[in-house]
Amino acid sequence: MALLKCENLSLGYDGVEIVTGLSFEVNSGDYLCIVGENGSGKSTLMKTVLGLRQPMKGKVEFGDGLKSNEIGYLPQQTPVQRDFPASVWEVVLSGCQGRAGLRPFYKKEEKALAAANIGRMGLDGMEKRCYRELSGGQQQRVLLARALCATGKILLLDEPVSGLDPMVTAEMYDLIKKLNRDGITIIMISHDINAASKYASHILHIGDTLFFGTKAEYLSSGGFSAKGGDVK
Amino acid sequence: MNIFETLAFYFENQFVWNAVIVGVLIAFCSSLLGVTLVLKRFSFIGDGLSHVAFGAIAIASVLKLTNNMPLVLVVTVLCAVLLLRTGQNTKIKGDAAVAMISVGALAIGYLLMNVFSASSNISGDVCSTLFGSTSILTLTETDVWMSAILALIVLAAFIFFYNKIFAVTFDESFSKTTGTHVELYNLLIAVIIALVIVFAMNLVGSLLISALVIFPALSAMRVFKSFKSVTICSVVISVVCSLSGILISILAGTPVGSTIVAVDIVVFFAFFLAGKIGGRS
Repeated sequence: MALLKCENLSLGYDGVEIVTGLSFEVNSGDYLCIVGENGSGKSTLMKTVLGLRQPMKGKVEFGDGLKSNEIGYLPQQTPVQRDFPASVWEVVLSGCQGRAGLRPFYKKEEKALAAANIGRMGLDGMEKRCYRELSGGQQQRVLLARALCATGKILLLDEPVSGLDPMVTAEMYDLIKKLNRDGITIIMISHDINAASKYASHILHIGDTLFFGTKAEYLSSGGFSAKGGDVK
Repeated sequence: MNIFETLAFYFENQFVWNAVIVGVLIAFCSSLLGVTLVLKRFSFIGDGLSHVAFGAIAIASVLKLTNNMPLVLVVTVLCAVLLLRTGQNTKIKGDAAVAMISVGALAIGYLLMNVFSASSNISGDVCSTLFGSTSILTLTETDVWMSAILALIVLAAFIFFYNKIFAVTFDESFSKTTGTHVELYNLLIAVIIALVIVFAMNLVGSLLISALVIFPALSAMRVFKSFKSVTICSVVISVVCSLSGILISILAGTPVGSTIVAVDIVVFFAFFLAGKIGGRS
């Protein structure tokens, strides 16, 4: 069974449907890019998958023993976070809150997991640094380490490179690809059709036309040229 | 008599001790959640709730209740819950809802006090409810115990839920996806704040409570860089400021509430400068 399966979803706000009849599935190890114009419902879809909002129709199912609280989520940054006094260590460790449940303190294993993920994201030695004083790329890596504390299986990334300069963007994409090669399933919302064509295994295009399939199918369907994308 | 002799003279009285103990306990509680409120952009909820508490006190006095505490507590906690709910509602935005409820409660409270008051000195009553009063010097032993118990409850809840409060404050959506009951913790925060505000009205009056909640947190945030150190520092600042504010007000005969807030302001600017010089980039 697929890790994640969405069937005939309808998404929208206040009774108005933006997207209808959306079906797709994600298998373990996939790298799915969700592309589409602003306002096409990408973020709404992501929130629905995460259980933050209910679909208007259809359903979201998890398989392969994935629980709904085992999804690692990398949200877009909020203005609150940019001025938040928190150390890197505190932020990453908070990724373990789902594991802790009602237990008030974190266990040794959870702290070890946080430390390991800090290392994995190349943030060694920065544990005590203040989150708000880091560069944009470093902040994203901190949030990625936090998401990894919540999951070993699947990451949902909401525009992970927005606001980053080209160098850091490339680094970020490489880092995500590396996690994917290590066996973590990736679902990423992106504006960047070039990156989608370079890194993803599957593409979900939402908007006026719906498309779901492998990258090769998307390329041959002319999805890129139709959207003005430039495939290198 | 020098300053110390004067203080020693005052401290021979039990009521001065009571005032100092309760003052410190209230300062302690109010600052614990201050950091969370400031970071969650909830600063004005404290303000709004204190006005609600003022309205509730007016109602209690109209009803001639001898002990107004239970009514005030219930009304304030209910409003805290209501304000948090409307914060998520799109019809009336959070800050507008707070402004509406707080100003409404203030107006209705004053109206009720005026129309139904049995007291001969209405403006005196109103003024002392708004800006704190000599009631800090008429505290009974029961009041002291109540404050001690409240402080214990707040501290216990804060320590027990510390990691969750941090997580919910830093990133609500992420917390939700990991299965944390965000609404529940927001509710908990609101209820604790309502409790603290009702008790703190004794000390600084309803108009000045926000200062007690917000200033220590803002001062600590200028200098410290982790959530834990900011929280600890704001508690220390709050307790020290309140203690010195109370002592100054005893010595100089100034109003307790506004003296404490004045000290808080001075400390804020000191930390602001320290932060600038310390090179917070």
